[in-house]
Amino acid sequence: MPIATPEERARYHALVNRLTPGRPIVRNTVRAFIVGGLICELGQAIQALFVRYGGFKPTEAGNPTVAVLILLSAIFTAIGVYDRFAQWAGAGSAVPVTGFSNTMTSAAMEHRSEGFVAGVGGNMFKVSGPVIVYGVVSAFFIALIRYVVEHL
Amino acid sequence: MSAWTFLWAFLVGGAICAIGQVIMDTTKLTPGHVMSILVVAGAVADGLGLYDPLIKFAGAGATVPITSFGNALVHGAMHEAKIHGLIGVITGIFEVTSAGISAAIVFAFLAAVFARPKG
Amino acid sequence: MARLGRSTWAFGERQVAVIAASTVAGTWEGQGPLSDAFDVRLDDDRAGQDSWERAEQAMFRRAAEIACEKAATRPANLDLVIGADLNAQLTSFYMGLRGLARPMLGVYSACASICEALAVAGLAVATGFADVVLAGTSSHTSTAERQFRYPTEYGVQRPPTAQRTVTGAGAAILARGRGKWQITHATIGEIADFGVRSPWEMGAAMAPAACDTIRQHLADTGRSLDDYDLVVTGDLGRVGLDILRHFLVEQGVASASLVQERVEDCGAMIYREDQPEVFSGGSGAACSALVTFGHLFREMERGRIHRLLLCATGALLSQVSAQQGDTIPSISHAIAFERGD
Repeated sequence: MPIATPEERARYHALVNRLTPGRPIVRNTVRAFIVGGLICELGQAIQALFVRYGGFKPTEAGNPTVAVLILLSAIFTAIGVYDRFAQWAGAGSAVPVTGFSNTMTSAAMEHRSEGFVAGVGGNMFKVSGPVIVYGVVSAFFIALIRYVVEHL
Repeated sequence: MSAWTFLWAFLVGGAICAIGQVIMDTTKLTPGHVMSILVVAGAVADGLGLYDPLIKFAGAGATVPITSFGNALVHGAMHEAKIHGLIGVITGIFEVTSAGISAAIVFAFLAAVFARPKG
Repeated sequence: MARLGRSTWAFGERQVAVIAASTVAGTWEGQGPLSDAFDVRLDDDRAGQDSWERAEQAMFRRAAEIACEKAATRPANLDLVIGADLNAQLTSFYMGLRGLARPMLGVYSACASICEALAVAGLAVATGFADVVLAGTSSHTSTAERQFRYPTEYGVQRPPTAQRTVTGAGAAILARGRGKWQITHATIGEIADFGVRSPWEMGAAMAPAACDTIRQHLADTGRSLDDYDLVVTGDLGRVGLDILRHFLVEQGVASASLVQERVEDCGAMIYREDQPEVFSGGSGAACSALVTFGHLFREMERGRIHRLLLCATGALLSQVSAQQGDTIPSISHAIAFERGD
């Protein structure tokens, strides 16, 4: 019995699926929508402030806005509340750039116990690595294709 | 920047997050996978010329989600390519996103200096 | 002393005794429903140390010290120290207990380790190769989290089937003869693999192993589930326990009513459902140690449980195996306890 045959596996998986509570998709999606929307709203407000008082052009104000949101996320991660917030908000906290900041901050903080070079330095991109890698790789190919297409 | 932008920032930003949530809950993909997909989606959208109009219309609803990171990477590459030719595709990638990545690294480092994980 | 059937070691009724047991519990555990059963309840899961790993080692050390105190013996009198934890290379066990300066055997079967340790300890005592043996395990929610999953402050949303690794350590001292609790049998489990892949569904991954070991134990000893006042698994969690109960009935091990009445799970017992972020319940190498050595042993002393079967369950995956798309094989070892003097 222990190493299951395919039929035994299939029967067992059917049992597991029957008894496993489903993820509350609707509730999670609503929460993600609301929180994500609010974070973007906060970003919009910050952006407006940078345009009004910071002398930024509307097209340029996105950059300092993102930096401010990253700072806020790093602070909330550092004081230990971001993970609790994220359990509630799901993608609402992970998809905005605040989520990216949280991945870097949490990894840096966690691995400090292994020292600043190998620990903090060596592990900072542990969770955020894929986003940077695939962002850059896809941007490279897309820009390449566009350039070639435009110059044909 | 009109008052409508404030409404659309909420709706578009929320919608992108909602899409991410649905993917996470209905597939076996991890948050890392979903973020990677969204970044690539942003890059593709910019390649097709669709992301800049979204930014004009939804403001922070398009610049705050991680999709805008993909958009900014393509922008940087295209901008440099216009000036310096094909090599610009490599030299320009991080041009626009410098603020985000630099901020993330610096603040993560400072957090590691001043704070300890609570578990 | 005899070997029974394929996998069971029968020590006899008066050969191997647990003369003392100790429990050191972390903050969540100390606030849970079994809080008054633990010897020590920490205020802070850091235990005053500068890393999570050192905190876990300190807890393990404390559990060993308290066990020796309760047994009215000094560490120098221990012939053998057997234990485990979930850290790579068993650093909590080896580093934590190196100060005891006694012969040490580290064992590993993930969260089934406490039963593996008790089985080997029982074997050493029953055969006369050791007179006094300490067996224990530790685990820590943050060392497990950062080793197997993510940095502890990372905001990832967990599903309802997730479990929380227990922070704590438990130790027992075994000796020849009679004591408050007797270990009568040990059944060594075989790997069970029913193709579960998700690390969020450990309960489902481990339930088949528990079922197989329970069935093997009953077949080897000629007993039935009815002969036990309680059969408790290590850390299947609420969802995993539900799956196990159905699976036991489906596999013909016992009737539905008996299974409902007699089969419980340490992971489902250690936390209240309303405690934050406990989801389906506790897991970890210390889960069954804390619940058994703290709560269930006390129930046995009070006469409410006469015969107990502990089937600790372990998921034998690594971070690499999970990322490489492997299934999660699991194992369960069983220890039969009887109320002693």
